[in-house]
Amino acid sequence: MTAMGLAPVITAVVWRDLTLALRRRSDVLTTLFFFVIVVSLFPLGVGGQSNVLRNIAPGVVWVAALLASMLALVRLFASDFDDGTLEQAALSPQPLVLLVAAKVFAHWLVSGLPLVLVAPLLGLQFDLPVGALGAMTLALLLGTPCLSLIGAIGAALTLGVRGAGGLLALLVLPLYIPVLIFGAGAVSATVSGISASGQLSVLGAFLLIALVLGPWASAAALRIALE
Amino acid sequence: MRVNFWKYASPQSFYPVAGKLSPWFLGLAGVLGAIGLYIGFFVAPTDFQQGESYRIIFLHVPAAWMSMFIYVVMAAWCAIGLVLNTRLSFMMALALAPTGAMFTFIALWSGALWGKPTWGAWWVWDARLTSELILLFLYIGFLSLHAAIDDVRRADRAAALLALVGAVNVPIIYFSVQWWSTLHQGASVSLTRAPSMAATMLVSMLIMSLAAWMYAIGVSLLRVRNIVLERESDADWVQQLGKAAA
Repeated sequence: MTAMGLAPVITAVVWRDLTLALRRRSDVLTTLFFFVIVVSLFPLGVGGQSNVLRNIAPGVVWVAALLASMLALVRLFASDFDDGTLEQAALSPQPLVLLVAAKVFAHWLVSGLPLVLVAPLLGLQFDLPVGALGAMTLALLLGTPCLSLIGAIGAALTLGVRGAGGLLALLVLPLYIPVLIFGAGAVSATVSGISASGQLSVLGAFLLIALVLGPWASAAALRIALE
Repeated sequence: MRVNFWKYASPQSFYPVAGKLSPWFLGLAGVLGAIGLYIGFFVAPTDFQQGESYRIIFLHVPAAWMSMFIYVVMAAWCAIGLVLNTRLSFMMALALAPTGAMFTFIALWSGALWGKPTWGAWWVWDARLTSELILLFLYIGFLSLHAAIDDVRRADRAAALLALVGAVNVPIIYFSVQWWSTLHQGASVSLTRAPSMAATMLVSMLIMSLAAWMYAIGVSLLRVRNIVLERESDADWVQQLGKAAA
């Protein structure tokens, strides 16, 4: 039997994961509504003055995105690990790094992209100006894939471990801090009338670094978990 | 004389060596600590701006240096362990982590005690303070991941990978936080002004740093002995050790 080419395998992995996610739609929606609810709690907690809300909006949206992405990460490899699919993937002739990258991409499509799309609506609730909404969407578009890529390392390390959810947060959240700083910084800059291009470039750089190193580290972590 | 280092990569032959070396390092730490504290408290002059409160520097700066240095050493042992597959390297990394976390905590705590009289605040969101706090989170993450996995081999390797990921991230985190704090705060607090430090202060600080270094080595060697005993408890030589002691 000849090994399949790389491109068909990657598309097959992405399609499979997307199909699985669509069959379990509630999982996807849980992440999205978690994000919406967390963001909505802040005005109730700090009061509804629009000048306060405008100042805290970038941080609130980004912290909520971080937490929502954590919530979704637990499922990234867990079911494949439980039913042995992951073991087969590790044995397959295709490099595990690429299979992991495909899985992370599919995961981002169902857990990261919805956040990016719904965030401008939440920004309106926080009275953000239109320019800042654009910057926020762009920053989330660059930042949420970083979260998925970094988070995948943590998800792979905590596979089948006691109390994986809480532990995952402990491992991954400190590593998210640079993305949080520049993501929220991009929005804050636009709110105060400065160009966000610097922060967005740095986020783009983070994304490139995460793309190169993330799947590789995740694959190494998966091999440790599968031993 | 050529020393065969590979021989000491075996826990069995390293165990007695660690036992012989650690009292020396701890003794050195005690002596150096006494000298450093004496110079720090009795010889070094009072600071004309901060009065006596600056003297916490003799604890604070060595602890902060060691907290970062130990993380690098720990990550290096993890890398060696992953590359060469040597069990003792992972044990060394695990033995270093609690000491590193302790120094990080001491640096934060003594910094807060120092910050109150000099800046009037226990905590400011300065780049150095924030990155030190994140370093503490990284240590805690390493230790809890190791504790959460029952299979020792997997725990070692998973925690080692995490330490390496952290080591790649530490510079990124540091510079992000630095940029963030310069964006958000004016120069209300400047930690970076070059102090024209009296020579005796510097000497005392360096001696205290050496003391902290020796302490870290001595205590890690003691801890690695315990880890060796715990993990090799089924091995023949450990059983013999138990019989000899009884």
